[in-house]
Amino acid sequence: MTSPSPAAKTSAGGQPATGQEPAALLDMYRITKRFGATVALDEVSLQVDEGSVLALIGENGAGKSTLMKVLSGAHQPDSGSMRLDGQPYAPAGPHEARLAGAGMIYQELNLAPDLSVEDNIMLGQEQSRWGLLSRRAQRQAVTAALDQLGHRDLRPAAIVRTLPVGLQQLVEIARSLVNQARVLVFDEPTSSLTRHDTLHLFEVIRRLRDQGLGIIYISHYLEEIREVCDRYAVLRDGRSVGSGSLSGVSEEQLVSLMVGRSIDELFPQVPHEPGEVLLRVSSLTRRPLPTDVSFEVRRGEIFGIAGLVGAGRTELLRALFGLDAVERGTVEVAGQPTAASPAARIRAGLGFVSEDRKSEGLALTRSIADNLTLSRLSACSRLGFLSLNRQRQAVDHWMQRMQVRAAGQSQPVGELSGGNQQKVAIARVLYQHASILLLDEPTRGIDVGTKAEIYRLMGELARDGHAVIFVSSYLTELLAVCDRIAVMSRGRLRAVRNAADWTSEDIMSIAVAGDEGTADEGTNAGPPPASPAPTGHP
Amino acid sequence: MTDSPAPSSPKQQPAPSVPARGPAEGGPRRHWSLLGSVVGPFLALIAVVGLFGAADSMQGEGGTFLTVRNLQALSVQTAPVAVAALGMTVIIIAGGIDLSAGTAMALCATVLAWSLKEDVALVIRTGGNVQSAAVDVKEAEDRLTEIDRNLSAADRQLESSGLPAPRRERLQNRRTSLQKEQQELQTALPVLQQRLSSMEQQSATWTRFTPAVAVVLAVATGCLCGLLNGVIISALQVVPFIVTLGTMTFYLGLAKMLAEETTVRPDRATQVPDWLTDFLSIRSHAQIGGFPLGVWLAILLALLLAVVLRYSVFSRHVFALGSSEATARLCGINVARNKAAVYALGGLFIGIGGLYQFARLSVGEPTAGIGLELRVIAAVVIGGGSLSGGRGSVPGTLAGAAVMAVIASGCTQLGLRNPVQDIVLGDIIVAAVTVDQIRQRRLAAG
Repeated sequence: MTSPSPAAKTSAGGQPATGQEPAALLDMYRITKRFGATVALDEVSLQVDEGSVLALIGENGAGKSTLMKVLSGAHQPDSGSMRLDGQPYAPAGPHEARLAGAGMIYQELNLAPDLSVEDNIMLGQEQSRWGLLSRRAQRQAVTAALDQLGHRDLRPAAIVRTLPVGLQQLVEIARSLVNQARVLVFDEPTSSLTRHDTLHLFEVIRRLRDQGLGIIYISHYLEEIREVCDRYAVLRDGRSVGSGSLSGVSEEQLVSLMVGRSIDELFPQVPHEPGEVLLRVSSLTRRPLPTDVSFEVRRGEIFGIAGLVGAGRTELLRALFGLDAVERGTVEVAGQPTAASPAARIRAGLGFVSEDRKSEGLALTRSIADNLTLSRLSACSRLGFLSLNRQRQAVDHWMQRMQVRAAGQSQPVGELSGGNQQKVAIARVLYQHASILLLDEPTRGIDVGTKAEIYRLMGELARDGHAVIFVSSYLTELLAVCDRIAVMSRGRLRAVRNAADWTSEDIMSIAVAGDEGTADEGTNAGPPPASPAPTGHP
Repeated sequence: MTDSPAPSSPKQQPAPSVPARGPAEGGPRRHWSLLGSVVGPFLALIAVVGLFGAADSMQGEGGTFLTVRNLQALSVQTAPVAVAALGMTVIIIAGGIDLSAGTAMALCATVLAWSLKEDVALVIRTGGNVQSAAVDVKEAEDRLTEIDRNLSAADRQLESSGLPAPRRERLQNRRTSLQKEQQELQTALPVLQQRLSSMEQQSATWTRFTPAVAVVLAVATGCLCGLLNGVIISALQVVPFIVTLGTMTFYLGLAKMLAEETTVRPDRATQVPDWLTDFLSIRSHAQIGGFPLGVWLAILLALLLAVVLRYSVFSRHVFALGSSEATARLCGINVARNKAAVYALGGLFIGIGGLYQFARLSVGEPTAGIGLELRVIAAVVIGGGSLSGGRGSVPGTLAGAAVMAVIASGCTQLGLRNPVQDIVLGDIIVAAVTVDQIRQRRLAAG
């Protein structure tokens, strides 16, 4: 056990060491949290002042949620300490945290929809005497909380299910207030709100701020953050990488803090030249999605598919790969029709990387070696028996090529980080000699470094004559990486243009459009008419 | 757990609190869990053996638990469950379950008993057996004597005068029809007799194949039972639990029908071959190298299956299927065909298990398998198999089966009553499942 001890941190106990004079309302000091071998939080410190709104930002997997789970008592930190309102604060569980004054408002609401507003607010903290609810005391507490939110009009007896989402969220907030919350955490609170409700929520947040609460606001939308927050703290890979007042920073600065590199580094460009048509999809239809989808992809081309969640992009890829039976439509590879089963499509050269890495993309309990070779075991076997030696060599090669970081190739895939898992999933597709890659949200939930590696890999694959179909909800990466982009909405491929001819506004306006209205965009988006070779990347 | 994870000396405790090994994912803990999953069942086995051994030796004079003879007895008790559990291991690794294993095994044993009793090799060769041919001759002869008697009675009546005309006429008619039958039988009887003697002759050549054919039939029955399960599960896409719950009763019915609702008893002296009688016998003349044939066969099967699970492409598909069916599908694996194959393979072992069951009971008892499936499943689970699929091993399963046998025999030796055995066994099963769940959760958290 000769651990090279970068971990020679003698600080394990964590000294409070609050040197600053105006003690912050919430002080999280050098919080470290590990899950197995993964370090989710590495000595993260965070302060929230009374009467201020702190924006907590970072990419997926940066550690925001873990940090907030530490705050809310759902996770216990491995080291580090917290102070709330000057008192040492180490909640053993969510309930204790709530009593101590830390409230959480999650993206998904935690409400019992069939109970009333009042019952929901008081759930788990009912005021009672001799086991009987004390209605009057409860009503008082509820009214006080609603008052504090500036929503006296919300009827305590109303059943939560009947309320619009915006008001349901208020119920959730009121629940924290009943406990005399001192710090409130809003975790992506606006993701299911309309613009109107969002503005309303901001008013409530400002109101609470003015009452002296400390607020932590987590969001992906930087514009939103500017609207409501005063300060920011950026997490990246489980570390604090910057914090300060929002007034002095630009959006670019925030992004590069989050990402840890410049945009150019994030999207490495590999020159590639589209060649002849490799994949031709004709009027692929399955009920309910997708509907009548036709398109072509060339060798050496990265073809992006944008669209909202539920537009049918995943369904399109699944149908394309033969995973789901189609009603009609054909898939031709290099001019040859192909049978509709995963095995046949794999033979034809298709490879599918699922968006659901954990339950579909990989068999988590199996080793890296088995996962990597699963779709083409024949290559390292004879008469139905494996040559473990040959398998080991092949896996070694691909782990090196993809720079998979692991203890060894027999390590279960489930123990790897998201990025390394994704590398294994992609390596499998390459190992099976796929010439057409169907990548469904390949960069979701993985670290920025791996993202950049995957972008580069896509470019390299295109350069080597592969065709890449890239489905993503993250427009920035689509626009930066793809040669052409198609937009899907309600199961139809609405429009295909060269990436250079798209703006994110254009894409969004088509993505949200209904069934009609975009007919002029050419519903049957075939190949680009005149100059089929998109400019690629200069 | 509070904070401050014992900072001073990192050498003290290697396993639980990983001392930040940097990026190399999975440090010592991984090896521990890996080791634990393989060794765990054996530790349990050693623990129960030690426990009962110690308790037994403290009893009175010496104790007989840790003797060679008892070890032989234990291995003989372990073998039948172990063999069926080998097949169940594959099924459970593939994320399935087979509740019909018990009754299917009894069906196989019944098929074996019935085949021996009916002399199947001869039946297949000639369409009948000595027994039935003899019965045919006997019946014909009996009928002839009866006809003789009836004819002479009729003759006597006809001779006596004063019989009314209609009655006489009827008697006449009857007499002619009897005569006709007599003639027919008289011509048929030599044929039957000849058939019997030729059957007896043929029997000399063919009957010796009967045990082999019977075994093949029994094992084939097992395979068919498994295949049927597999085909239903993959074709109808119903959960295995429900499908095999149904076929469990179905196979019980089939066995009862074949046995005509009794027990099938082939003649031990003439119809059951010696090797089958000695198959699981602990009498000394039946031992080869210390163990009877059945134990050696079980070991051989275990070795074969272990090799298959480690080196075959099929096994990788099975493990993938159990870990994540969606992934298997994604990788172009034919899920339906593989499932059918998995259950058919499980059925193969059940068929062989039928052989063991018959060897122990020496009769075909259709109801002997009820509840057996749970012991088989328990063996796999104690051996580290996960009911959520993707995990299980041959050595583990063997250890699991042995643990159960040790508990049963140990309790008996200690004079503990049957209920106590059940309670101990139940605890161990719950413990095994709990360990599996903890392992699962830890993996999910990582």
